[in-house]
Amino acid sequence: MDMKTATKKLSLKDKYKLFTRDLGWEPTYRSKEEVFPYVQYEGIKIHDWDKWEDPFRLTMDAYWKYQAEKERKFYAIIDAHAQNNGHLNITDARYLSALKVFLQAISPGEYAAHKGFARVGREFPGVGTQVACQMQAIDEIRHAQTQIHALSNYNKFYNGFHAFAEQRDRIWYTSVARSFFDDAMAAGPFEFMIAIGFSFEYVLTNLLFVPFMSGAAYNGDMATVTFGFSAQSDEARHMTLGLECIKFMLEQDPDNLPIVQAWIDKWFWRGIRVLSLVSTMMDYMLPKRVMSWREAWNIYGIENGTALFKDLARYGIRPPKHWDKAEEAIDHMSHQLMLGLYQWKFGTSFHVWIPSDEDMDWLAKKYPTTFDKYYRPRWEHIKKHEAATGAPFNNYGLPKLCQCCQLPTIFTEPGDPTLICHRESVYQGERYHFCSDGCKDVFDNEPEKYVQAWLPMPGLMQDPLKGDLGAWMDWVFLKDGKDNGDYATSQDRQNFEQWRAQATSNQ
Amino acid sequence: MTVAARKEYVGIPRDRVENFHGKQLVFVSWDHHLLLAAPIMFCLPPQASFAELIESHLQPLLQADPDAAALDWNKVEWLKEGQPWVPDFAASLAANGIGHKEQLRMRTPGLSSLVPVN
Repeated sequence: MDMKTATKKLSLKDKYKLFTRDLGWEPTYRSKEEVFPYVQYEGIKIHDWDKWEDPFRLTMDAYWKYQAEKERKFYAIIDAHAQNNGHLNITDARYLSALKVFLQAISPGEYAAHKGFARVGREFPGVGTQVACQMQAIDEIRHAQTQIHALSNYNKFYNGFHAFAEQRDRIWYTSVARSFFDDAMAAGPFEFMIAIGFSFEYVLTNLLFVPFMSGAAYNGDMATVTFGFSAQSDEARHMTLGLECIKFMLEQDPDNLPIVQAWIDKWFWRGIRVLSLVSTMMDYMLPKRVMSWREAWNIYGIENGTALFKDLARYGIRPPKHWDKAEEAIDHMSHQLMLGLYQWKFGTSFHVWIPSDEDMDWLAKKYPTTFDKYYRPRWEHIKKHEAATGAPFNNYGLPKLCQCCQLPTIFTEPGDPTLICHRESVYQGERYHFCSDGCKDVFDNEPEKYVQAWLPMPGLMQDPLKGDLGAWMDWVFLKDGKDNGDYATSQDRQNFEQWRAQATSNQ
Repeated sequence: MTVAARKEYVGIPRDRVENFHGKQLVFVSWDHHLLLAAPIMFCLPPQASFAELIESHLQPLLQADPDAAALDWNKVEWLKEGQPWVPDFAASLAANGIGHKEQLRMRTPGLSSLVPVN
């Protein structure tokens, strides 16, 4: 019998050193500037890349082991969900609208984040940074995949899931998220880290994932809960990477402060606009609601955000510009956007509906200063109008879009919820419109970047569609009468109710 | 400010008027009327008359608003580039000085059935 030789186990610290820092080397026949050409031009000054600390000290071998374990659990549950007709356990088929919006607007963002982190992992010179970015790049593609796989079960039974990838690029309400990620990916590596690593992962991710995953649990969707859990442990690492990165920049050189502050201002506002979609999911689309968008903001926006910016104050960072305007808008944005989605429902690849009296009472309780005063009268009028005309209320007037966030300009003036906010800039003789001061600021700081925006509504009037709505539906893979319109008369509702009745009764 | 870049950075605007095949965009909104949730985009030739914009394109869309029936077009106060402005209904968009992507706003004091104007 062979004697086993005792192998000396490496300490975590030694292992981290060998698996990260020791993988790097000093270039000899090319200059550092040639090898890493993208780290200078944004104006961020870094003097010592070794000061980068990864508090997780996670090495690749351990990373693969953890991720593989999570994948096994995830796919076991997804299989069980499929085999047991898990789709019939959801509260009712209205819930699917939240899933469709998520799949069309957010999951492709995970994939975009994957591409972005793979790129900045190459562009940053520090080895610790490179390894952390590489892991996040793999996390992000895994998140996109697990989300798509989890929701593919629903695609077998329901409309509106089938063309999320094309709709991400072409349909109008997803362009707020698409433009957010395109903007980040077209930025330099440091700005990308503030956009995705800090603003999205640290400041905003809880507002997206926690309420959404709780919403899935409340509404009986085990598949989505499972991908939420599978992603959650990664998110903690991502948040740390984002925060480490911002502190690293601020500690390396005082000249970095104004650049970092401007990026925080910009990406906070861009993030708020992306979250307006989430606000409608929370307040309107979940049949069984977890908390209102306002309540989520109080916890994850105000409480967490205030603590964070207090912590960053020692570096000279102040809370994002327009924070006060965001705070005021929280009580309005879900209602303003949902009224828009309802009237343009011929062009959505998900279903909408007029809130029931019970739902409106819930909204009035959650928004005591705004819902009854500003928004209930509009829903009631739409209800009356539909009863009088016998037809769904559709607004075939295509909306003006914001050149920055690309949403219809539905948001109101600060201080006056009865008046649309009109803002415009002229750049090189061309006129551009915005939904808010926040979006106008982003444009005015870098007009050359945003003049290139492809906006879905003016796009519809140009080649190849030239204003043909039917041709547009084909082009965005929207099946009229199936994917779009009111939930009340939808095939999704009819099928769900029939299948559920078969599963729960003897009919 | 300009875009931070490693070489000259030139952006090409996507929505220049020449991309609309002889037409232009114009946006119209009705202050304090939010049933139609956003300013409406129209795509018309600059030779179209202002009356055509209003009567053939805007009016049908406004019918759902409870104030539509009480709308007196002779009394509408117009804003162009945020400034008071008087349109000539018989003249073309071009002759009215309405450029590509111009935003026009209508004001109708006293009419506000669906929103509480302070």
